[in-house]
Amino acid sequence: MAEIVLIKGNEAAGKAAIMAGCTHYYGYPITPQNEIPEYMSLHLPEAGGTFIQAESETSSINMMFGSAAAGMRTMTSTSGPGYSLMLEGLSHFAAAELPCVLVLVSRGGPGGGSLESTQLDYFSVTKGGAHGGYRNIVLAPMDVQEFFDHTQMAFDLADKYRMVAVVLTEATLGNMAKPIEIKRVHAVPSEELPAKDWVMRGKAGKKKKLIVGGAAPGFGSFNDLNELNRHLADKYRTVALNETRYEAIEIEEADVVVVAFGITAGGVKQSLIQLNQEGYRAGMIRPITLFPFPTEIIRKTSERVKKFLVVEGNMGQMVEDVQFAVGDKAEVSFLGKAEGLISLEEIYSAIRSLCEKG
Amino acid sequence: MKLDVIFSGFGGQGVLVCGQLLAQAGMLEGKNVTYLPVYGSEVRGGTAHSTVIISDEKIHYPYIERPSNAVVFNLPSLTRYEPLIASGGILLINSSMVNRNAEREDINAVYIPANSLATEVGSEQVVNIVLLGAFAAATGVVTTDSVMDSLKMILPERRHNLLPLNREAIEKGAAFYKDNAAS
Repeated sequence: MAEIVLIKGNEAAGKAAIMAGCTHYYGYPITPQNEIPEYMSLHLPEAGGTFIQAESETSSINMMFGSAAAGMRTMTSTSGPGYSLMLEGLSHFAAAELPCVLVLVSRGGPGGGSLESTQLDYFSVTKGGAHGGYRNIVLAPMDVQEFFDHTQMAFDLADKYRMVAVVLTEATLGNMAKPIEIKRVHAVPSEELPAKDWVMRGKAGKKKKLIVGGAAPGFGSFNDLNELNRHLADKYRTVALNETRYEAIEIEEADVVVVAFGITAGGVKQSLIQLNQEGYRAGMIRPITLFPFPTEIIRKTSERVKKFLVVEGNMGQMVEDVQFAVGDKAEVSFLGKAEGLISLEEIYSAIRSLCEKG
Repeated sequence: MKLDVIFSGFGGQGVLVCGQLLAQAGMLEGKNVTYLPVYGSEVRGGTAHSTVIISDEKIHYPYIERPSNAVVFNLPSLTRYEPLIASGGILLINSSMVNRNAEREDINAVYIPANSLATEVGSEQVVNIVLLGAFAAATGVVTTDSVMDSLKMILPERRHNLLPLNREAIEKGAAFYKDNAAS
């Protein structure tokens, strides 16, 4: 039997990264994710890896650029303002098609914000964030087990598509503890991962290799930015085709379908147990990947279900993607809060009143 | 079975460890558990609290706005949580640090002079363990042995000489609760 341990989300992410073969971690302290660098500083060197506390998040992401170019599995973790400092670097990762894993433990914002749980970074993470119209693969764990599993999966997805894979969570999931099963999981079986034949580890008498963050005739694979961007768009379409993940709960008979992600979806799941026991016909579609977004299942469901409710820890971000998927086929309501978790009572009441509405 | 509790006090009083020990003890007894510590940016002396849920069913959400039970280590925590506790809930008050009584009559408030009891056992540092012992006795949610097993996992081995002291603290809290709850 697999080992079961009571562990904090942040520590689980650190443990998962080392199990997934992360060898290079760079980071700068910021609450509420400090247990990740703390864990990595202790355990990554033990595992033969390199931990560096950089002088800022700008440095962390650029140190990662070097490790990624050399083919290492590399990770950082941050929150709020730290993430903003990394954005320029992330755009360069996209341009150079380098893989890395970023664990983003959201806090309040904008600006300095607060240390409370929020889901305010949805737009920035799923739509690109920095300049240049790129995409990240985004996984949104609902509980500590998924935080542990998704962190491992993120390394596979990053390597397979040569993209930045973000594990997006928030203060509560980072700090709470719940028993989890310690097991190795893969998004892509190791033997199916493409060989990293592009890595730079010195010429050693072989043909010169370049990692080019952009496009120019004679350098790298693309003659101009149209070629590069066409290639990236094709890649993002392939990712959407292959990697869209979601969980659907009780949607077949539902009058109301809730769409929620991350810890908020946990609140919905808890509320649905009571509502279903009381005879209310409500279900949930929970995006597990936020990019790619499970547009198709929401669109299909809206052909029958006429009432949708989006619950998020912000003032309305994912709701735009749900509205897009639904079009004019159903009504989309919204429940949001931008600081602190939404209470079970609020979630329960919002779903119930929508069920009761004619 | 489903039980939730919030432990609240100053940073440094051990309210987080209290929650962690209870959650781990619940896990060792085969229950589903969540442990949610909140200490924000505070330092020693600031406020801290932790929420624990223990249940036979799966737990999908760790956040409880209105706890069923509370263990308050200081006066600000009493002020904050007394109004929120569910009717019929247990409110354990560290009367060594709180100089007033609970106002509500629809909850079971019990006063535990935890600092004095801890001193009697031999160390003021086990205030939280005394209160945990009282809470375990009040609810029967976990056994003393499970809390002790949990302590063994959390305490580094070089501190295992403190285990007997902690067992005494648990038993002291439990005994005090049993002697004073019925009145």
